[in-house]
Amino acid sequence: MSLLEIKDLHAKVGDREILKGINLTVNAGEVHAIMGPNGSGKSTLAQVLAGRDLYVVTSGQVLLDGKDLLEMAPEDRAREGVFLAFQYPVEIPGVSNMYFLKAAVNQIRKHRGIDELDAMDFLNLVRDKMQIMKMDQTLLNRPVNTGFSGGEKKRNEIFQMAVLEPRLAILDETDSGLDIDALRTVSAGVNAMRNPERGMIVVTHYQRLLNEIIPDYVHVLADGRLVKSGGKELALELEKGGYAALGIHEEEEAVGRV
Amino acid sequence: MTAVAEQVGQWLDLFTNQPAAEPWVQALRSEAFARFAEVGFPSTHIEEWRFTNVKPIAAVSWASRPTLNPAALPEHAQQHLAKHADIAHPFVALNTAFLHDVKVIQVPRGKVLEEPIEITYEGADGVATHPRTLILVGADAHCTIIETYKGTGTYFTNAVTEIVLGDAAVVDHYKVQQESSSAFHVATLHATIGRSAAFSSHSISLGGALTRNDANAVLSEGSDANLNGLYICNGTQHVDNHTSIDHTKPHATSHELYKGILDGRSYAVFNGKIIVRTDAQKTDSKQTNKNLVLSDDATINTKPELQIWADDVRCTHGATIGQLDSEMLFYLQSRGIAKMDARNLLIYAFAQDIVDRIKVQSLRDSLERILFEKFHEHSE
Repeated sequence: MSLLEIKDLHAKVGDREILKGINLTVNAGEVHAIMGPNGSGKSTLAQVLAGRDLYVVTSGQVLLDGKDLLEMAPEDRAREGVFLAFQYPVEIPGVSNMYFLKAAVNQIRKHRGIDELDAMDFLNLVRDKMQIMKMDQTLLNRPVNTGFSGGEKKRNEIFQMAVLEPRLAILDETDSGLDIDALRTVSAGVNAMRNPERGMIVVTHYQRLLNEIIPDYVHVLADGRLVKSGGKELALELEKGGYAALGIHEEEEAVGRV
Repeated sequence: MTAVAEQVGQWLDLFTNQPAAEPWVQALRSEAFARFAEVGFPSTHIEEWRFTNVKPIAAVSWASRPTLNPAALPEHAQQHLAKHADIAHPFVALNTAFLHDVKVIQVPRGKVLEEPIEITYEGADGVATHPRTLILVGADAHCTIIETYKGTGTYFTNAVTEIVLGDAAVVDHYKVQQESSSAFHVATLHATIGRSAAFSSHSISLGGALTRNDANAVLSEGSDANLNGLYICNGTQHVDNHTSIDHTKPHATSHELYKGILDGRSYAVFNGKIIVRTDAQKTDSKQTNKNLVLSDDATINTKPELQIWADDVRCTHGATIGQLDSEMLFYLQSRGIAKMDARNLLIYAFAQDIVDRIKVQSLRDSLERILFEKFHEHSE
C-alpha cells in the first residue's frame, strides 16, 4: 500500500477552483518535490492535505495508508502522521512554545497508544532536536513564533517536525526568506529525518532548496494540475529554462496563497 | 407614588431602622440618603447607565444585615471618609447612607508592607450589603490590597472603596469579583493619587448576574496610574466597567488595559473616560480595551471618552472586538491538538497578559486555576 495516494483532487476557495485534478502517489521513503509558479496551487495543495477548512474539496480522494484523509479533522490527520511545515507560521502570543509542543506530542502519543511524556522526558527529547536545528533553548519559553525572525520561524517548523516524527511531512516553501546558512541548517534537519518509513512532499518555487534536499521525484504544478513529472534533473531543467520553457506563464497575481 | 418614591420607599425603612452612629457619620448618611431619595436608581435614559439596566436590583425588597453599633473610626478617617467617592453616583449615595462597620486600613508614612492585606466580603441570600473600605496610605509607603467578593444565593453587594495615596506612595489594588451566579454586584473604586505616587488596580470580574464597576483615578503631578481589568462572562451575565482617569496636574502617566471574554448571551460594557485638564501638560495616557467574543449572541459595547483640555499631551486609545483566530486554531490543530483544547488554549492565552500583571504569586496561581477550570483546560 502506498503511503499517500491523491486521486483526481479538485479544490476551490470561494467560487474559484484552484486544484483541478491532482494525481500523485507517494511511497514510504520517497521525497517528492512539487515546483510551480506563483498561483499554481502549490500552497493550496499543502493546506488541503493538512485540512485547512478555507478550501473546499469538490471531488477526488486522498488516502493516507489506505485511510480516507479528507474525512479526518486536522488534528486527526496530524495524529495519523501528517505534518505541514507552514510557509507563514502564525504567531500565537500567550501560548508558550514548550507548553504547545508538549501538548501536541502527548496528544499524538496518546492517539498512538504510547505513554505520555512528563516534563523531564519531554525536555530530554527536545534538547537534542534543538541542537540539530541550532535553536536557542530560550525559544522554548517564548510564545509560539511570537517575535521570531523569519529564519527562526522556519527552524521552529522543522524542529517541531523532528519532535513529532510524522509519517508524511509536507514542506511548504520552507526555503522562502532563508539566507544560505539558515537554508543549510533547515535542510540538514530535514535530511536527517529521511528514512524508509517516512515520505516527504517538498513544495518550492525555486530549485535552490532541491540542491540541499535532493528529491527522488519532481513534479511541475501549473494552473491546478501536475503537468510534468520526472527525476531530480527536471528541477535543473526548470532552473535553466524557467517555467516559460515548459510553456507555463506565471500569473501576475498570486492566488491560492494563505 | 412616583417611580422614584416607590424605589426609595423600602430603603427608607432600612435607613431609618439602622442603629445610630457618631454625629459626623450620621450627617454623612443623611446627606447621602437625601441625594439617593432625590434621584433613586438610575434609569437607562441616563448616559452613564445607558447599557445597564438596574431595575432587577430595584425590584427586590432586600433585607439588611443585622448591624452592631458601628465602632468609632480613627480620627484620620474623618478627614477622608466619603470625601473621595462622589455621592452624585446613586449607588455611592446608597452605600454612604448605610455607612457602618467601615474597614479602615492605614499605612503610616514610609512603611513598606511586604505581605498583601486581604479583605473578603461575603454576600448572603436575600440581603443587601454596602461594604465600605477606606485605605489611607502615607507618603512613601508601599502596600498591596486584595479585595475578594463572594457569596451564595441571590443578594446585592454595593461596595465603595476609597484609596488615598500620599506623595510617592505605591499601592497595588486587586479586586476579585467571584460573586454567586445570581448576585448583583455594584462597586465603586476611587483612588486619589498623590504627587509621584504609583497606583495600580486590577479588577477581575468572574461571577455575578449583573455587575457594574466604576474605577476612578485622580492623578496629581508626576503620578502614575495603571488600570487593568479582566471580565469573563457567559450565559446571561451582564458586566459593565466604567473607568475614569482624571489628569489634573502635569507629567502624570496612565495606562489602562481591560480585556473581556464573552460567551453565551452575555453582555459587556466598557466605557473608558480620560480627562486631561488644562494644567495637565505632558500627560501620557494610553487606553486599550480588547474583547474576545466566542458566541454570536454575546454583545459588547465599548466606548472611549476623551476630554482633553491641555495641548501638549499624548493620549492614545484603542478597542478591538474579535473572535478566535482561525489561522491560530488551525496551526494548533495541525500539530495534533484537539479543536476544543486548541480553542481553550487560545482563550487562556488571550487573558494571559492581564494574569501576568498580577504581582501576588498566590493570587496569580489561584486565578490561573480558575481560568483553567473555566475553560476546561487539560494538558493531556
